[in-house]
Amino acid sequence: MTEQAHRIELTVNGTLHVADAPARRLLSDFLRHDLGLTGTHVGCEHGVCGCCTVLLDGEPVRSCLTFAVTVTGRAVTTVEGLAAPDGTMSPVQRAFQKCHALQCGFCTPGFLCTVTALLRDTPHPTEEEVIEGISGNLCRCTGYQNIVKAVHRAAALIAEEAR
Amino acid sequence: MKPPPFGYRAPRTLDEAVTALADADGGKVLAGGQSLVPLLNMRLAAPAELIDVNHVAELDTLEADGAGVRVGALARHARVERSATAARVQPLLRRALRHVAHPVIRNRGTVVGSLAHADPAAELPAVLALLGGHVEAVSVRGRRVVAARDLFVGPLETALADDELAVAAFFPAAPPRTGTAFAEIARRHGDFALAGVAATVTVDGDGQAEAVRAAFLGVAEVPLVLDLTEAAASGRLAEHVRERIDPESDIHASADYRRHLAGVLAQRALAKATADALAREAP
Ligand SMILES: Cc1cc2nc3c(=O)[nH]c(=O)nc-3n(C[C@H](O)[C@H](O)[C@H](O)COP(=O)(O)OP(=O)(O)OC[C@H]3O[C@@H](n4cnc5c(N)ncnc54)[C@H](O)[C@@H]3O)c2cc1C
Ligand code: FES
Ligand code: FES
Repeated sequence: MTEQAHRIELTVNGTLHVADAPARRLLSDFLRHDLGLTGTHVGCEHGVCGCCTVLLDGEPVRSCLTFAVTVTGRAVTTVEGLAAPDGTMSPVQRAFQKCHALQCGFCTPGFLCTVTALLRDTPHPTEEEVIEGISGNLCRCTGYQNIVKAVHRAAALIAEEAR
Repeated sequence: MKPPPFGYRAPRTLDEAVTALADADGGKVLAGGQSLVPLLNMRLAAPAELIDVNHVAELDTLEADGAGVRVGALARHARVERSATAARVQPLLRRALRHVAHPVIRNRGTVVGSLAHADPAAELPAVLALLGGHVEAVSVRGRRVVAARDLFVGPLETALADDELAVAAFFPAAPPRTGTAFAEIARRHGDFALAGVAATVTVDGDGQAEAVRAAFLGVAEVPLVLDLTEAAASGRLAEHVRERIDPESDIHASADYRRHLAGVLAQRALAKATADALAREAP
């Protein structure tokens, strides 16, 4: 039996993509398999680890808990879309690099998307707001201290560059 | 991990949605997907058909007035949590929502979905039960109101029929001279609680507690609402709570530990709710 395919139109990082996929296609798999955007990582596939986090119309969501067909017509930003068109890394990406906020990098795409939205909504977060903000993302390598530092550093970079 | 195949419908109106539910044999509603999709990914559920209500704009509502807060089926946890009006009318809602999963999960998960899912360790069913709220359900057979005390039947089980869509939940406003509080213990912030309690305390003109009620989560199959007015006055609050509950042991915590937590959390929540009542009283 062939499964029914649904037409899915998704604007990803500013480019409209159209593909046919079954309803059960997770947004994470749609990005990775159908569109070849493998920057979005997949760890637990039940919402716990956070590494699949992408921005849906600017809001961070778990792509492993969202069906692509549900969000047809909407805009998604993945880790591939965070840098400027000329390849200059975003302040959040640069802060993560500078502060050694990654080791293996598996969790990093999810952290970058989560923190990008966090700092947009809360440009000057307190320590507590940072910890709450990243509490849904797991990292098996860094011990989190450098990630917390990177979030503060990114906030400072964004403020500096806005001047 | 990949979900099993299922039929899929994405209705645009409430009428289409309830018709689709009535037509489907083994259909399930898909709201925020933050509980249902993990179950599908792990293949613990295999519904024949999903009725995706995410495109039914008329369900995307949030209203608050003197009587209470009415949360439409598509209002995400995050929207309700952020609403200043909802927090003014019923502060317990925001207090509890801060304990529901992580901020990113709250961007998709819905309040009504959480009630329909009826996890015994979830925060919102306890809040609805404590406040004496209700859910409005619609099917092709008509519309009915299901009171919280009738809604929660067992773990992950509600009184909603297979063809019924919960269109909204109503959380009554805090009465005068009443304070609220929420307290829970989880392994990590954002995890499901080992035990938790939502409490309301009403004080009299002299600032003495005249009505004390609490709803417990994680210690019974459904939210457990207790009138603690006498127990609080007797000074045996924690003991009284421990005598009244019969929690289960699982890999997260033993029954004894849960019983212990329930007593401690009740004391904390009552103290906070009393302080809240007095602060609301103060001019
Ligand atoms: C990592 C993680 C941690 C979490 N931690 C917590 C926590 O600490 N506390 C907590 O309370 N929750 C927690 N959740 C669950 C979360 O709150 C869900 O959002 C919520 O339980 C379900 O809402 P939903 O909109 O996502 O529903 P869905 O997942 O779409 O649906 C859940 C169930 O309810 C039914 N349903 C949904 N909407 C309706 C409707 N309108 N009418 C009839 N039936 C309906 C569905 O058919 C399904 O059976 C967590 C989830 C994750 C992934
Ligand atoms: S892969 Fe989505 S949260 Fe882990
Ligand atoms: S850097 Fe390896 S998991 Fe975070």
